[in-house]
Amino acid sequence: MKYVLMFIETEEFAEELAAMGELERDAAYAAVERWFAEHADRITHHRHLAPKETATTLRLRGEPMVTDGPFMEGKEVVSGYAEIEVADLDEAMAVARSWPACPVVEIRPLA
Amino acid sequence: MSGRDADEALARVVREHAGRLAASLVSLLGDFSAAEDLVQDAVETALRRWPAEGVPERPDAWLYTVARRRGLDVLRRESNHRAKLARLRPPAPAEPDDRLRLILICCHPALSRAAQIALTLRVVCGLNTAQIAAAFLVPETTVAQRVTRAKRKIAEAGVPYRMPSEAETAERLGEVLAVVYLLFNEGYLSSTAERAHSRDLTGDAEWLASLLCGLAPNEPEAAGLLALIRLHRARGAARFDPEGRLVLLPDQDRSLWDHHAIEDAIALLTRAARRHRRPGPYQLQAAIVACHAEAPAWEDTDWPQILTLYDMLRRLDPSPVTGLHRAIAVRHVRGPGPALAELADLAGPLAGYPLFHATRADLLRALGRAEEARRADAEALRLTANPAQQALLRDRLSWT
Repeated sequence: MKYVLMFIETEEFAEELAAMGELERDAAYAAVERWFAEHADRITHHRHLAPKETATTLRLRGEPMVTDGPFMEGKEVVSGYAEIEVADLDEAMAVARSWPACPVVEIRPLA
Repeated sequence: MSGRDADEALARVVREHAGRLAASLVSLLGDFSAAEDLVQDAVETALRRWPAEGVPERPDAWLYTVARRRGLDVLRRESNHRAKLARLRPPAPAEPDDRLRLILICCHPALSRAAQIALTLRVVCGLNTAQIAAAFLVPETTVAQRVTRAKRKIAEAGVPYRMPSEAETAERLGEVLAVVYLLFNEGYLSSTAERAHSRDLTGDAEWLASLLCGLAPNEPEAAGLLALIRLHRARGAARFDPEGRLVLLPDQDRSLWDHHAIEDAIALLTRAARRHRRPGPYQLQAAIVACHAEAPAWEDTDWPQILTLYDMLRRLDPSPVTGLHRAIAVRHVRGPGPALAELADLAGPLAGYPLFHATRADLLRALGRAEEARRADAEALRLTANPAQQALLRDRLSWT
């Protein structure tokens, strides 16, 4: 089955990242690269998204509206995604559990 | 046999066989939802026909036959399922019990707690939607929706029907034990004389815990949970007075306790603790209840021992509710003043928890702060929906 792992950043995580020294940040990025390498055979593609400040949201029902920012003005925003192909949800959860960066991962099967 | 006894006897027979039928069907069809429908159907048929016709000599064979016939009928178009169903047979006694896999799928962490409970009761214990709804005081449609949604999620999100890896099994068992524990608590707190007509969920919880003990013999927490449930149930006869009012532990008539069951439960707990030497929250809670159950009178309670056990429990499970219970032990070891001080940190997280306010009222009263005690009791009363607890608190408000 195919699943999309949505990586979700929280405000605290963004602050932690900002507070890191260069060495620490390099180590954090290296951990993410290792994760992608480790699961390469199961990841069909993945992207990191530009920061939420770059988002534009269109609401098409009712009076069409264009707003600056992500669709939900919340403390948690999607910062990237990876599509994986695995046998079932347990395997998808095992892959997601080892994710070394942002603290929330949503797993959604592709319809 | 009274109507209720007959119903319970029937429920027991169904419970012994429904889960194995479900496990066989899910394995065979590889389709949890279709299997679940067939089990419910067979159970409904049994509940309709057995009271009039009598329980068949081999209830398992009867249920399997009904499920197979019904399956061949409703799954007419699915030739794949039909060919498999033709092979459905009750498992021979020597065949391994497949129900652990079934329980693990019902309690999969990707499902909500409410859905885990409803699925476990239906699929593993063979309860129907009406019985679950009555036990939880929610409309039948709510339970039905929960089950439908959960089954859809299992199918569409790809929840697998296989044993997790050994490393994962311990964690997943923890999830199952939490479901059984919650089920027990729900049944224990909602049991009142007024609701004698609804199903005793504590019986189902005990049965599930005992099943888990057999299916996961290397998990001492399963034995701990079973001992905990049995110790509570052994005191059931003393929990209500003849008018159906709740009787608290200090006032209970201990001669009404089932002392034989208490001894057995303590022996079970001791065996598990000695064999595995891996204490966990359920074993510790059971040990605490055992301290109470072993005391010949309230005055003989070994509070220092209970406080030691709470200290251990708090290290493993630092939840506010554990803190609240620990504060009660502190009161009996060090007095109401220090106990009240322990409650200060819990006021925020437990603001909506009636027992927090009731406990606080008790301590305030012991310290002679009657007016504050009344206000705390009133808050507890406002927060509880349980009729027996309400009666007790009302009583206290009118006397003090």
